[in-house]
Amino acid sequence: MNKIFPNAELAVTDITDGAVIMVGGFGVTGVPFTLIKALARRGTKNLTIISNSAGGKLPDIDISLLIKNRQVKKVIASYPVYSDTISVFEKMYLKGDIELEMIPQGTFAERIRAGGAGIPAFYTPTGIGTALVDGKEKRIFNGNKYVLELALEADFAFIKAHKADKMGNLIYHRAARNFNPNMATAAKTTIAEVDEVVETGEIDPEIIVTPAIYVQRVVKGEKYEIRFD
Amino acid sequence: MKSGLTRELITMRAAREFKDGDYVNLGIGLPTLASSFVPDNVSITLHCENGMIGYGRIAYEGEIDPELVNAGSQPVLLKPGASFCDSAAIFAMIRGGRVNVAVLGAFQVSEKGDLANWRRLDKRIGSVGGSMDLAYGSKKVIVVMEHTTRDGQPRIVKKCTYPLTEKRCVDLIITGLAVIEVTSKGLLLKEIAPGFTPEEVQKVTEPKLIIAPDLHEIEL
Repeated sequence: MNKIFPNAELAVTDITDGAVIMVGGFGVTGVPFTLIKALARRGTKNLTIISNSAGGKLPDIDISLLIKNRQVKKVIASYPVYSDTISVFEKMYLKGDIELEMIPQGTFAERIRAGGAGIPAFYTPTGIGTALVDGKEKRIFNGNKYVLELALEADFAFIKAHKADKMGNLIYHRAARNFNPNMATAAKTTIAEVDEVVETGEIDPEIIVTPAIYVQRVVKGEKYEIRFD
Repeated sequence: MKSGLTRELITMRAAREFKDGDYVNLGIGLPTLASSFVPDNVSITLHCENGMIGYGRIAYEGEIDPELVNAGSQPVLLKPGASFCDSAAIFAMIRGGRVNVAVLGAFQVSEKGDLANWRRLDKRIGSVGGSMDLAYGSKKVIVVMEHTTRDGQPRIVKKCTYPLTEKRCVDLIITGLAVIEVTSKGLLLKEIAPGFTPEEVQKVTEPKLIIAPDLHEIEL
């Protein structure tokens, strides 16, 4: 079975309107820019995007592209806006043109982990006593209050890894790992954008972070220059 | 007009709280500066929400790896012994109580140690990020901030009016004017900026301050 796709366009060709898509990345690192661009070209609408941020640091290549195209109905994120830039997401949110579900980052990560692990919900202490858990079920354990949080799952996960072998085993580079391995487990179809594809067996099994069982498609990503001031 | 400590000096004072062996998480913005002021005789490990443990100083042109950045997207370098994990694991460490110290920015802190730091009152949207997890899970929470808002309103208040991050979580407040410990009896004024009197600090602080018997100038 060949998981290596010749380009990103072909890898996203069966994504339909209304799909729920996880998109990896933290700030500017570990973001699957090539897959985002392909989905923007495809023009699929009514998407729910599950991503730590709602774009804006690199608006020409991050998920701002999809939001600007009005392809996104709802964003589930922990860090939707930045204090130093006003993103296209923020403008549309303030006009009521896009929905947001904001959750604490640890809860966000754990909801994705749970989704991939067959756990429908879990209790967590984070957010108790704050507006972010209003209306959610609470329960006391050992005298402390916890909130029930539901697992997150998706139709597709777009992830960025450093290297894949032809089976789809993945390793990451530095801080670009972040949400990518978690999201890879929580979608029906995980598409990995990578810097390099190597022969099966070339990656030491001891260092594989995402086993190929979680990866359905692999695409070699374009190279993006990220500038720092 | 008199002025208090600069932003750099506020974070330098915060760095003096670090103890040898601490795992320390620095929030985005002002707290990030503390990484430059760790005392020479103290060895700490910096823990970052993006899954990075053991990073060091800011990286400059020629040594930048675009996939090696801190939570504020600044390129950094690694120290020997650094490691990486995924986001679920890094937050399991935070919630699980493995982080010794979190240094966080704030809009307001209450006299009970309630923290408000993710959305300004005049904005309809903010970003919570990892602040609630860090405020809950870190063994010690240090807030670094300006003592008042730009228009002179106290940021240390009886009750937070901004949306809460976590109740009763702040242990120490370091501002340009003072170092204040949150105790069960109330806010204890322990150190004060050079040239300021306790009365002047009280005037811009809403709750009543308890003056420490050994009140002294801020030690840097």
